[in-house]
Amino acid sequence: MIMAKAKPIEEIVDEIKDFKRILIAGCNGCVTVCEAGGMKEVEVLASALRMYFKKTGQDMEIGEISLTRQCDKEYIKELRDGIGKYDAVVSLACGAGVQFLAEMYETKPILPGVDTCFIGVTEEPGVWTERCAACGECMLASTGGICPIARCSKRMANGPCGGSSDGKCEVNKEIACGWQLIYDRLKVLGQLDRFEKPVSPKNWKTSRDGGPRKIIREVSRQ
Amino acid sequence: MSTTTPSKLQKILAAGHFGVTTECGPPRSCDGGVVEEKAKHVAGHVDAINVTDNQTAVVRMCSLASCIRLRIMGLEPVLQMVTRDRNRIGLQSDLLGAASFGINNVLCLTGDHQSFGDHPEAANVFDLDSTQLIQTVKLMRDDAKLLSGAELKTCPQMFIGAAENPFADPFDVRVSRLAKKVAAGAQFIQTQCIYNLDKFKKWMQGIVDRGLHEKVHILAGFTPMKGVGMAKYMKNRVPGMDVPDDIIKRLQGVPKEKQPDEGINICIEHIQELKEVKGVAGFHIMAIEWEEKVPEIVERAGLYPRPKVD
Ligand code: SF4
Ligand code: SF4
Repeated sequence: MIMAKAKPIEEIVDEIKDFKRILIAGCNGCVTVCEAGGMKEVEVLASALRMYFKKTGQDMEIGEISLTRQCDKEYIKELRDGIGKYDAVVSLACGAGVQFLAEMYETKPILPGVDTCFIGVTEEPGVWTERCAACGECMLASTGGICPIARCSKRMANGPCGGSSDGKCEVNKEIACGWQLIYDRLKVLGQLDRFEKPVSPKNWKTSRDGGPRKIIREVSRQ
Repeated sequence: MSTTTPSKLQKILAAGHFGVTTECGPPRSCDGGVVEEKAKHVAGHVDAINVTDNQTAVVRMCSLASCIRLRIMGLEPVLQMVTRDRNRIGLQSDLLGAASFGINNVLCLTGDHQSFGDHPEAANVFDLDSTQLIQTVKLMRDDAKLLSGAELKTCPQMFIGAAENPFADPFDVRVSRLAKKVAAGAQFIQTQCIYNLDKFKKWMQGIVDRGLHEKVHILAGFTPMKGVGMAKYMKNRVPGMDVPDDIIKRLQGVPKEKQPDEGINICIEHIQELKEVKGVAGFHIMAIEWEEKVPEIVERAGLYPRPKVD
């Protein structure tokens, strides 16, 4: 899932303070799972903003909605009839959702209500952690199913570096050393022999470094 | 191990002498005289001088320019290169530039993460890692090719080095990690600073058991302690550093003004002890901002005069 976290309310106030009518638009997809942008968060943000503007005496109308997904035209079309009433929309979807709304409603300011962070998992309730950097050429088969790109702070393909201690990364004692994890898993799998073969430089073209990416699946295009 | 490059360091090691290297950190300014001063202190006592590459991710005068300065002084530099700050285009270009000035030693490193340095907000690169940089230098030197496959008319003649930290975790992987760097093309290794001799010897035994010491020259790394404060800092703050309590106790046992001397004594005793350990091919003395002490260490450790080779 794509993980995001709420922006500080002051930042959102700053984005919208020059408008009069604002729609807060949630997304019931990934950002709902990480409790950053679903219907519940739309309600919480809307009432916090109402309280804020009531205190400052500014007249501000705030509407609420949450769409099934903001990364699909089919769902964002649902805004078509109602969006005219608003001066701007604060989207609680990931950055992709924000941009897709902006693309479809090109004359309407669409503002981000969350900070989009990474592709990750729900490690435990309330804790989300990164697992994949979407490099476009997955090498998990040779690293025991643990990603050296997303989970080693130095993106090493031949780690561990010399900074690993007690299973923790040199960057921070809160971060597990990705290469310790890889080593432990390869051991469990009986694949430690994989470790000694140098892995050649990675092709980053399939990653963001090749420019914006696209997947085309002809059979689905009709 | 035969010699393949014009590197003096390689020739000394190949002839079976203990090699002695040291390092100079360039200044956080453009005062090139600083590197020259540091180098003058150590010049006659070491075979080659490493120049660090933005060590601990702090911006400093670049390693390449500093190495050129040493070369002009007639000294033998080891160009340290970290992959943190430059992609494969920048790294290969710097290697070509270095070779054009007759720089014949390179130490391939991944580098400390930028969060430790003076620009923790920086974007990092890590396009290659240290092992892949080793492969890259080897490809340029032995196959006359860039990573792109493009042919090089003149190849850089580099003696290829790498670092290894016998004290990082997981310990079991440390010999394999070295084996991987050797497989990639590393010819000499400079280790992390050694304070825990028992653990180092255990690691070295693993190297010898696999015959790796016959494929790569291992230079044991030393940094003399200036006092208890430094020892405690190294123990608690520097990632992957193993400082046993008896070192701290020994330094605590002497008055403060004597602690630097005691640090030097410990360093010399440790070098003496490791001279007897099978597989140790030399010593890399990293006297951080204490370069003037290197000649004393080298002399008292019985590593002086340095051998002459042609
Ligand atoms: S190798 Fe690439 S695609 Fe696979 S998990 Fe890691 S970042 Fe994601
Ligand atoms: S300590 Fe582990 S996770 Fe951190 S940079 Fe080094 S190898 Fe990667």
